[in-house]
Amino acid sequence: MRPWAIALLRRWESLLVLAFVAFVVLGSSLSPYFVSGSNFSDLTSNLMEKAIMALPLALIIIAGEIDLSVESMLGLSSALLGFTYALGWPLWLDVPLVLAVGGAGGLLNGLLVTRAGLPSLVVTLGTLALYRGLASVVLGPRSISGWPEWFTNFGFGDIPGTLIPWPLLVFAALAVAFVFVLHRTWIGRQIYAIGKNKEAARYAGINVARVKTYLFVLSGVLSALAGVILTARFSSARADNGQGFVLDTVTSVLLGGVNIFGGEGTIVGVVLAIFVIGVLRNGLTLADVSPDTQSVAVGALLILSVAGPTLVRRISAARPRRQLTNPVSNS
Amino acid sequence: MTGMAILALSACGGSSGGGGGGGTTTLNIAFLPKAVNNPYFDVAASGGQEAATALSGQFKQVGPSEATGAAQIPFIQTLTQQKVSAIVVSADDPDAIAPALKQAMQKGIKVVGYDSSPAKDARNVFINQAETKAIGQIQVQMVCDEIPGCAGDIAVLSATSTATNQNAWIQAMKDELASNSKYSALKLVKVAYGNDDPQTSTTEAQALLTSYPNLKGIISPTTVGISAAAQVLKQTGKAGKVQLTGLGTPNLMRAFVKDGTCKEFALWNVKDLGYLAYYTAALLVQGKIKGNPGEKFTAGRLGDYTIDSNGVVLLGPPFVFKADNIDQLNF
Amino acid sequence: MSVRAIDSPTSSALAGRIGLERTLTLVARLREVGILLVLLVVVAIVSIQAPLFFSVSNFEQILLNVSLIAVVAVGQTTVVLTRNVDLSVGSVVGLVAFVTGDLLKEHTLDVPGAIAVGCLLGVGLGAFNGLIIAVARVPAIVATLGTLYVYRGLDFLVAGGKQVSAIDLPRGYLGIASSSVLGVPTLIVAAALIALVAAYLLRNSGVGRELYAIGSNPAAAEVIGIPTQRLIFGAFVVCGLCAGIAGVLWGSRFGSVNALAASGLELQVIAAVVVGGVNIFGGSGTVVGAVLGAILLATIENALRILHLSEFWLLAIDGAVILLAVATDAAIRGYFQRILMRTGRR
Repeated sequence: MRPWAIALLRRWESLLVLAFVAFVVLGSSLSPYFVSGSNFSDLTSNLMEKAIMALPLALIIIAGEIDLSVESMLGLSSALLGFTYALGWPLWLDVPLVLAVGGAGGLLNGLLVTRAGLPSLVVTLGTLALYRGLASVVLGPRSISGWPEWFTNFGFGDIPGTLIPWPLLVFAALAVAFVFVLHRTWIGRQIYAIGKNKEAARYAGINVARVKTYLFVLSGVLSALAGVILTARFSSARADNGQGFVLDTVTSVLLGGVNIFGGEGTIVGVVLAIFVIGVLRNGLTLADVSPDTQSVAVGALLILSVAGPTLVRRISAARPRRQLTNPVSNS
Repeated sequence: MTGMAILALSACGGSSGGGGGGGTTTLNIAFLPKAVNNPYFDVAASGGQEAATALSGQFKQVGPSEATGAAQIPFIQTLTQQKVSAIVVSADDPDAIAPALKQAMQKGIKVVGYDSSPAKDARNVFINQAETKAIGQIQVQMVCDEIPGCAGDIAVLSATSTATNQNAWIQAMKDELASNSKYSALKLVKVAYGNDDPQTSTTEAQALLTSYPNLKGIISPTTVGISAAAQVLKQTGKAGKVQLTGLGTPNLMRAFVKDGTCKEFALWNVKDLGYLAYYTAALLVQGKIKGNPGEKFTAGRLGDYTIDSNGVVLLGPPFVFKADNIDQLNF
Repeated sequence: MSVRAIDSPTSSALAGRIGLERTLTLVARLREVGILLVLLVVVAIVSIQAPLFFSVSNFEQILLNVSLIAVVAVGQTTVVLTRNVDLSVGSVVGLVAFVTGDLLKEHTLDVPGAIAVGCLLGVGLGAFNGLIIAVARVPAIVATLGTLYVYRGLDFLVAGGKQVSAIDLPRGYLGIASSSVLGVPTLIVAAALIALVAAYLLRNSGVGRELYAIGSNPAAAEVIGIPTQRLIFGAFVVCGLCAGIAGVLWGSRFGSVNALAASGLELQVIAAVVVGGVNIFGGSGTVVGAVLGAILLATIENALRILHLSEFWLLAIDGAVILLAVATDAAIRGYFQRILMRTGRR
């Protein structure tokens, strides 16, 4: 094969595209209802909240940290939106307020990580409990409904005349912006530099603490936005909205080829991984496989995605004739 | 390798899936409980299965493993894609699943609520096990009968804090306690939530005993809660000192009724509930009833029913189980 | 998985490291005393506010609630010491709990047999984690996130929508949780024994010290000839065994088991370990600290209930306690490190 073809094949994103195609084929063989516009529309709209949270999470992991609190921030945002709406406040006031609270929650995460020097795994484990707890303090056992029709239609409906769910539009816009920022600007280069080697980045004049704090704030705001969208889609604000989302979100980021230790990964990979998991789960659901049983496949996929390349690398490294230019990543 | 695993999985999960579907008279009816893995819904499903066999229709049950948020929505969408002929659903959040159910109804799928009704305009008929008020009254009545002198502190051990029918029953209990002078010496000190999970229910029941040392009675209007509470009372030696009652299934409670841990509890015939729900859904699919108020129909072995002005069919009064009659029913 | 920075193992650096290690051990011990003090303060305040908190039966209740989490925390500590983490513990406990319960329900095995199979299953699941991590070199957080899904999925496959209820279980099995040894509930005795044995081995055995060495500096550990990967594999097997033990006791304690048993337990366990002063980046912390962390969290939760605080505040306060504990920990650690550096310069 020609070098460029090999290079293309070796890219993680190409493998994800192959996996996507394979799962579409699998899905259509499992269920006659799989290949239809409305099914793809449904499966997409069910993915959007996790997808929106996965974008900033990818940046945070590339920068060498993690944010487990995203699903709770989603829940807090939904609860707060319901609470303020039930007070009779107009939505144009509620939504910015909720996004601001999301930013504040992200800021708290960021400051605890960068200023207090605490490990983000532990900090966001704490705020995972804290924000979910605050959500149930705010709303208690209530669930708020009676949203304006345009609002629920934005969450649940499609763009008129198409099968494109409105939230996909939001996600697509965000994804394009993320691709641009991460891969085309100095901000993106700083994020990679921090994830590859924090000390070197600091010596190169990058304000590591500030960049990381901003990333956590961004994660908070977008998780809150996901909370708004989820509330609109479910036309119901509840404290337990989005419970359990964090595992799927982290899994899509890692399956997307982002290195858990930072410094590597692309937004395109993450977006592809989101849809790979979505298509796999949807196909299995249509074949009446319960979501918890599907977890075996998703978990295995995650492990294989990381173990596979490592094992191949180790086996080829063990061979006597070593390639001169072996780009073993050493992050 | 993953592909093989998935195929193996789908084989394991294979209940009667699509099978082409299409003819108007095929009965392809799916039950969607609040959560699978719940003994209560398993019993209801056995009734649905019985009706399916009697009508030579197809039966399947799908659902989320945990009753959180609007986890039912993707299932409704999947069932819609699979073009089932009717969905029989117990709504975890009546408003949240309404848009998805309406979409299903637009595509000609009949929707029957059981156990917990979806929003009124998002279903054809609701099979009500018993009236909310009656369910509240009978539980207060039972706890009053068992507590010596009908005086002292009582507590409620519920399912999730957002379960609508649980909350309605608890409200009915509170109304009854407040309005009926017979109960003036009973004081409801706490509503605890065991989330229909054995572990949480156990911990909550223990916490009730420690934090309210004068507790005289526990009402647990949920199958998982009442059996966990019975187990706790037995283990801590509080059986007989703290009275337990509520809603449970005879099979799970039989041993506790016989050893006196729980002297009486109530429940409607859950199996009949499932049977009636399937039967009603089948009649709707076959066009024999429309779901209009005032319509009368015969549901197999259960006899005659009438749809009331709210589109509700009432199964019958709750049944009180005691040591002398608990062996008569097996579910 | 690779190494962040390779320290040159010169003798002076090693000497400095040993000095640092000693100080950190001291800090860890101080940390245990610190948790004990906080625990005593909590107990004192709550006892004044609500006298019924201060009773033997209530303390017994708290310890009973802690016992299973504590056993899992012992295993988790072993793994975290080596700079790894096991997110799959909740799923292992759940799968073992269901399999054990099902074996007893169907009368396939008697009680000792089912318990043995359950523990072995835990070991097997832990070993599978260990293989993915030590042989295929998948980072532990990714590998165990994967097996968290896989094991839970297997649990659902095995369960097939069924539950095991108290009435299905033999009395001899249910009796374990309600029995007691010299007046102390058996579960508490068992948990204490496991924790003490693990604490002794980690502190005094060669392997124990090597686990600490791997966590404080994997590269240096490799250089001085410690079989790093083999020991990490071993740590995951131990963690699987501990989760297995908690799993076989689960049904006895809670009476009924479904496929969801112990889901989310991993977060409680990691919280206990972290609050107990075990460094999430490995190398320092003790089993005793982790168990004390679990007791502190359970005591606070119990206290909040006894003070009749609304249900809805519990989780938020849990989160705040975790944050407070790690922040305090970091502050103390930083303080001692500064003192160490000052004395080092002198």
